[in-house]
Amino acid sequence: MDSVYEALVEIVGPEHVSSQPEELFIYSWDLGTTEPHRPDYAVAPRTAEEIRKIVQLANKEKIPVVPLGGGLSLAGLAVPFKGGILLDLKRMDDIIEVNERARYALVECGVSQGKLTAYLERHHPHLTHSEPGAPPAATIAGNVVIHGQGDLAHPYGFNSDMINGLEVVTPTGEICQFGSCAIGAGWFTLHPLPDVGLFLGWTGTTGIITKVSLRLFPCKKIRGMAQFVVDDEDLVPEVFYKITHTQMVEDIMATSQAIPPFSSELHHFTINIAADSEKELEFKLEIVFDDTLGEYIHKGDGGYLGFIRGLERPQLSKTSDWRKGGGFEYVGSIMPIEQYPECYRRGKEISERHDIPYTVLARCIGTAHAMMFSWTYAFNRADPKTIEHAREALHETDDLALELGGTIWKPGLYGQRLVMEKLNPNTLELMRKIKQLLDPNGIMNPGNWEAQ
Amino acid sequence: MMALADFEYGDTIHRCFRCGYCKFPVDWTDVNNCPAYARYRMETYSCGGRLWLTRAWLSDEIDWTAHFAHIMFSCTACKNCEAKCPLSFNVDILNMITAAKGEMVERGTIPPLVKEFLENIQRHGNPYGTPKAKRGDWLDGMGLKPYQGQDYLYYVGCIGSYDTRAQEIARALGAVLDRAGVSFGVLGVEEGCDGNDVNMIGEQGLFEVLAEDNIAQFKDLGVHRIVTLSPHAYNAIKNEYPCYEGDFEVLHYTQLLQCLISDGDLDISKGFEARVTFHDPCFLGRWNGEYEASREILQAIPGVTFIELEKNRESALCCGGGGGNFYIDFLGGSPDSPSRRRVREAHETGANILAVACPSCLNMLEDAVKSEELEDKISVQDISEIVAKACGITA
Amino acid sequence: MYALKYDEDTCLKCRTQDCLAKCQYIDIDKESAKKEILKIAHGEDSSVLHDCVTCYACEEYCSFNNHPFYLIVEKQEELDIPPLPRPIIKRGIKTGIPFRGEPTIEKINGRALLMGAFADLMHLIQGKLFEGLPVISTDPRKMFHYFCQLMYLHYARNSVIKERLPKIIKTIAEHEVTEVVCFHDECYGTYTSYCPAIGMEVPFTPVHFFEYLYNRLLELKKEIKPVKLKVAYQRPCSSRLSPDKHRFVQAIFDLIGAQTVEREYVDENALCCGGTMEGQRREGSRKRTADLRRKNIEDMKNAGAEVCVFNCPACYNTLGQMLVQSGIRPVFMSDLCRVAIGEKPEGWR
Repeated sequence: MDSVYEALVEIVGPEHVSSQPEELFIYSWDLGTTEPHRPDYAVAPRTAEEIRKIVQLANKEKIPVVPLGGGLSLAGLAVPFKGGILLDLKRMDDIIEVNERARYALVECGVSQGKLTAYLERHHPHLTHSEPGAPPAATIAGNVVIHGQGDLAHPYGFNSDMINGLEVVTPTGEICQFGSCAIGAGWFTLHPLPDVGLFLGWTGTTGIITKVSLRLFPCKKIRGMAQFVVDDEDLVPEVFYKITHTQMVEDIMATSQAIPPFSSELHHFTINIAADSEKELEFKLEIVFDDTLGEYIHKGDGGYLGFIRGLERPQLSKTSDWRKGGGFEYVGSIMPIEQYPECYRRGKEISERHDIPYTVLARCIGTAHAMMFSWTYAFNRADPKTIEHAREALHETDDLALELGGTIWKPGLYGQRLVMEKLNPNTLELMRKIKQLLDPNGIMNPGNWEAQ
Repeated sequence: MMALADFEYGDTIHRCFRCGYCKFPVDWTDVNNCPAYARYRMETYSCGGRLWLTRAWLSDEIDWTAHFAHIMFSCTACKNCEAKCPLSFNVDILNMITAAKGEMVERGTIPPLVKEFLENIQRHGNPYGTPKAKRGDWLDGMGLKPYQGQDYLYYVGCIGSYDTRAQEIARALGAVLDRAGVSFGVLGVEEGCDGNDVNMIGEQGLFEVLAEDNIAQFKDLGVHRIVTLSPHAYNAIKNEYPCYEGDFEVLHYTQLLQCLISDGDLDISKGFEARVTFHDPCFLGRWNGEYEASREILQAIPGVTFIELEKNRESALCCGGGGGNFYIDFLGGSPDSPSRRRVREAHETGANILAVACPSCLNMLEDAVKSEELEDKISVQDISEIVAKACGITA
Repeated sequence: MYALKYDEDTCLKCRTQDCLAKCQYIDIDKESAKKEILKIAHGEDSSVLHDCVTCYACEEYCSFNNHPFYLIVEKQEELDIPPLPRPIIKRGIKTGIPFRGEPTIEKINGRALLMGAFADLMHLIQGKLFEGLPVISTDPRKMFHYFCQLMYLHYARNSVIKERLPKIIKTIAEHEVTEVVCFHDECYGTYTSYCPAIGMEVPFTPVHFFEYLYNRLLELKKEIKPVKLKVAYQRPCSSRLSPDKHRFVQAIFDLIGAQTVEREYVDENALCCGGTMEGQRREGSRKRTADLRRKNIEDMKNAGAEVCVFNCPACYNTLGQMLVQSGIRPVFMSDLCRVAIGEKPEGWR
């Protein structure tokens, strides 16, 4: 009998560990274009203590550990490239605490975006979190660990900027806490203790986050979405800039896509506005659409398409079925907003070259400090040629993101290599040292962020 | 052996992205609304997992194993996935799983318990393997009339006919219909299996035989209107029998009782003092869109304080009994079993009665109350029993 | 090839200038009105071309059927004075492009109901009222093959209508339909008003949706139970193209026992839903539209309306949410008729 299997059974119980071909098959696949790699075991732990034991076992046996949240990064970040133990963390899904007055939620790592959204709506309707555009099955922890952004990115930044505390199982099997919680206080701040922020953006190569304290924000009674459209991509940066100057809105995105026809070669802004009263709403609409964007409307360069009350949260995503193919993957980049026109034009060219209808999106991060610009490529899961096309387009886009002066958001292996090639050598060396120190046996999510 | 190209859904099955919507209830409160996923919490046991595995199996990327069959037959056909999947092919996602089960039946590669379930029905007309001669035992001492052209055929189904606890609700409903002066008759020992769960298991051939036999019998007897005890039978007769030229007007008993109560034909003034919550049966709710009849009955009964479960109507968590699982029980044996989750949810409402409208749910949830040691906190009762009590009918 | 049948003499002889004098959105006296309409007819710039909110109402106000509205929008296009910003026009024009392949043509050989570009509203044509009536344009993926294009009057793009409409008419005709019941006022207006006005032939007989409903209700009269609801009607812009059929609104209400509330903005004086006005280039459009909607709904509310009845899905989308907030229920006419004959439309409680 397999001694690792038995040891895992000992830790999590027989029903939460599998080395059966079905589980190994399912957990070998990312949902994007990354080639599958089978783990040796799939394990669904329930506690940080179980994870600690699993990590210790993995160190003893020198086998990889790959943590998986919602599995929706699409960049192949939780594919067990070198086999080992795939940790499905979704059983750890308790919302431990919501602190109304200090406005934070303490959640276990497997809590989904949808669950937190529904929980807040039901129990704390005047609080909300910055929900990413991913399906609701995406997890809170998975999203912060990849520096995700959500629908409050304009006022409050990256979701990883909203962390008030973390609990992490280190690669050598210690359970550590960071932030005020580490000195036994509440989970209300990550600062001002000495900064040991070693876990965000590392895609699980430096440890497994088991708890997150996430900042919550005021949720106003009326939330809705206004739309504004321009036909000249060169106008997009200044529209972003002007709207952010008003400080009146929650989220600003610009999208353009080949299908359906009405969105082709046009740039639609969706602008989320929240208010506690009709008076506040009308005031904000007036400031944004009459006083700030009115000049575009009057000149005929920009069009106001109305305000719809109610936000779809969590959002329903049908992107995967655009071409009845069941698949898509995107390159996200963090980019100066000024680059929108070039990102759009060059991205469209890449799409056309690969015979994929183009789809781009930009979300404002901070007060126009940057944008997340994404290029999405749909493929047909049943047609390997289209997958190959999408993969090529994605790689070309990774190159493009760096060429245009941006950084790649949650890069896959190809993008990680590109980034590391450009990385300041001293920084890269420091990363290597940190990784070596934290994970001497190199067991954590191997393949990712491995400097050559 | 069937290849992917020959599979009825071969050109669609790859369209599942495994986004995970299929695991949620309508309002996204958790990812546990797929009963099999709730029980096992491995991606394989979600609808998306099953679809990917099916595609891999039919493309020879994976081989059939007993574990694969377990994954497939643990699907209770509760339709939660279909209700939540936002994509246009969602109408077929459950059909794809049923078709894959059917292919396993065809190949003879099915779990022993599923085989036993089907063989019992084939040989004895019921899943328990009890002799057909005992099908009418529940009627003993009831004085109900055999069907001879009355307004309604009261179709009881296998669970109500054979299971000791379910027999009580079969009798309760018989007594209530009698009290209301409904003209109805029963088939007793002559009744056959409705086949709904056989169909959900994918045994198309056996289902056809059962359906055709029942239809022929109903027609011979001149049946036009049917009232069923079980939502499973209701579903088969309403939605499947017309494909075999069996067009009958069929009601689930809650629909009939609701009319009788609202028309004043049933005196429920004795009332029923309790805090009651209601568990929607899948084959009444998600399968047939009937969410209100049961609620209207309960709310009409004097003394009933009605409390909704957090996950109700389209969001109801299945008891775990569908697709033959009330017999094969692939989801039992754990605090994570859907039936045990469901009774905990019911207990959390503060109700002392968990009302059901399905003999399968009754069995599943009553067992779960025992496993959870909640017997002194909450009890499971069928609406037929509650109405019987409100009518002053004693067992 | 298609030219608007407009007669300048008629305007010269006109003594009322109702077309502009009655306009609810442009404040103009009779004298100036005459001047402005003639300037427009001569292809000269006019303040009207800049201020027109494209509500269609002047088509109804003109008692000589001289098509002042069609004239205004033609000249807006000719003189490049678009009422809407350019991106909205581009967006709108692209919206109507049929894509995703050709529609399936089923031969009807008789009367049919045409859903136009509302194939996703099939739930509004269910039940006994529509029994035995074949439907065309039932596939939302192909519905723009049946899109009457008249919406582009709001965009001052008559050229697009003229270019695309013959193909649409041909597609409908391929179904071999004799009478076409038009689900939407706009289609009916296209085939009975706009096409004749520009000399485009229509090889079938359009039937107004409300006329159809009325006649069908007469057939089902025995089954009608008065709905006893206080109703207001939101008259869509395209109803101005068929004012002779507007009477069926009241006729239906009378037949099904709905009580029409007494209100100011009704019939000829009806207010536009603001769907197109909101985004117009004219200064203050957003605010003006918000005020207009408030005024409209307050008028319904003050009159005691419980229900606001719609023909046009666009009006419904524009006003529905605000109505609900004001405690008035938005309902499509067909659903209200279904309630009257004891049916339960989707979502009705």
